[in-house]
Amino acid sequence: MPPNEWNVLDFEKPITELDAQIAEIKRLTIERGEDRSADIEILERDRDRLLSEIFANLTTWDRVLLARHPKRPYTLDYVRVMFDDFIDLHGDRLFADDNAMVGGIGTLDGRQVMWVGQQKGRDLKDRQHRNFGSAKPEGYRKAMRLMHLAEKFKRPVVCLIDTPAADCSVGAEERGISEAIARNLMEMSTLKTPIVAVVLGEGGSGGALGIAVADRVLMLEHSIYSVIPPESCAAILWRDPSKHKEMAEALKIASNDALRLGVVDEVISEPPGGAHRNVDLAARSVRAAIIKHIDELSKLKTNKLLEQRYQKFRNMGVFEESAPVASEAGE
Amino acid sequence: MAPAQWFGLKGKAARKTARQSIDALPDGLWTKCPKCNEILFNKELEKNLRVCNKCGYHYKLGAHERIGTVIDDGTFEEMDTGLTPANPLEFPDYETAIKKDKLKTGLSDAVVTGTGEIGDHKVVVGVADFAFRGGSMGSVVGEKIVRAIEYAIDHKLPVIMFTTSGGARMQEGILSLMQMAKTAAACAKLQDAGLPYIVVFADPTTAGVHASYASIGDFIFAEPGALVGFAGARVAQQAGLIHRPDNFQTSEFQLEHGMIDRIVPRRELKSTLIKVLDFCRAKEVKPDAA
Repeated sequence: MPPNEWNVLDFEKPITELDAQIAEIKRLTIERGEDRSADIEILERDRDRLLSEIFANLTTWDRVLLARHPKRPYTLDYVRVMFDDFIDLHGDRLFADDNAMVGGIGTLDGRQVMWVGQQKGRDLKDRQHRNFGSAKPEGYRKAMRLMHLAEKFKRPVVCLIDTPAADCSVGAEERGISEAIARNLMEMSTLKTPIVAVVLGEGGSGGALGIAVADRVLMLEHSIYSVIPPESCAAILWRDPSKHKEMAEALKIASNDALRLGVVDEVISEPPGGAHRNVDLAARSVRAAIIKHIDELSKLKTNKLLEQRYQKFRNMGVFEESAPVASEAGE
Repeated sequence: MAPAQWFGLKGKAARKTARQSIDALPDGLWTKCPKCNEILFNKELEKNLRVCNKCGYHYKLGAHERIGTVIDDGTFEEMDTGLTPANPLEFPDYETAIKKDKLKTGLSDAVVTGTGEIGDHKVVVGVADFAFRGGSMGSVVGEKIVRAIEYAIDHKLPVIMFTTSGGARMQEGILSLMQMAKTAAACAKLQDAGLPYIVVFADPTTAGVHASYASIGDFIFAEPGALVGFAGARVAQQAGLIHRPDNFQTSEFQLEHGMIDRIVPRRELKSTLIKVLDFCRAKEVKPDAA
């Protein structure tokens, strides 16, 4: 691939240049029948060394770009690889079918699960069709409807998260986007079946959380999870949207930050160079992690499961506590 | 001389002065209504629960002022006063901002919680204060709300939340987002306990607070003219929303679209709450009734 294409990040360019050279030599090998395997091996070794060097020194902003990478696999790309068999299901039974929120039933090595997730589009037409991965109230209500079905039939739920934010159009406000998200938060917290959520790309604020109140929350290595996009936060707090890189650091939105802050339970490693360089391998890693957590959670009695889920979110947050102020009455 | 000239201020500057008086009582005798420009005598304004007697504009209330308008005098007992923000992300300037707002408001964070009486009902209340970091919800706000709800469950009391917030506390990053799940999960427990949950939206109630514990009340009321919506004002601005209806993201808009039960003027709020609490009161089981 030409290294200066729009869908290659700046820090990926040295890698894609080597990729192009390797591909060219391979082509010549076939065309002319020369054995250049030694050259290829050297170049591949160089590329892999460069790859691990570059990826060992990523800034938080680099990882934002990876999470939003135009070639990053999206929810349905994972669904197609992960499930042995699946069908998608549609509609919230109230208003519409939201193409930014997909869901259905699927089989994971013999385990029947309900899956839901936000879906982004690849090309311009598809992006508009998927509303750039920003779900509307009907999307959150569809997801909740499917999760209640999972509860009814005692199947685990898998939530796949990849959204910049929930939709904030006039229509979304008219149909109660806040109510839809709030209700999901409340109802997911007491859903009587195991829930595993995986942040695949962008974990954008309330739009992500609306399907992420789970027993286990996992993140792919180069995904992000944030209360607000760093650009907006820099514009609001620092009145300077150009400070998005510094803000990305300050907001601590990378997967290892979320793990350290106790917001996620596990970070799933991505293939060298990111999930888009080997979609199959990335999807198989996600699948293995989901299966492991579902199997652990399935052993728990429902009461125990729900109490653990409540305590998990109950304990999130960091504050200081001193003795009550002098005039305090209370108990 | 017209009272407006006493200020020596006009237009924008006069409005700014009026806004500044929201948090602390102005030293002057007069305040100019930011909506209709009426000059209001401060003592009258206080008596009218800080509502303009000409146009009905509802001034913002501090948490303790708000408590004074609904909770019976002398019955409020504050809870969890020892909770104060940490800086878990080591976010630049966060500690300075907190210190400043503590001084400005006398509060330890953006919500005051406690128990009190309304008529013959004992209730748990949570009252947000916009003057503290825009009423934003971080770890302390989330924790205080959850503790208040858990107290209500343990003591079988109704919960009333007065919300005013720009959303999540950005300086606490992802931890502030998690407060949405944490508070909503506590609301689910309250629901399971069969206890009443009443929410009153004050200006503004937006974003992370609107999309969590605020929007799942059994009864939801709003003050007239309050800004109420999902996308915070600046976020909506950034998203460049066009073709917005005139009343977009107001209490009136939310009522029109079925998202709230009633718009209740401040003066009628206490009597409305009592009616609802009467309706919800668990019927006493008489031992000899059978």
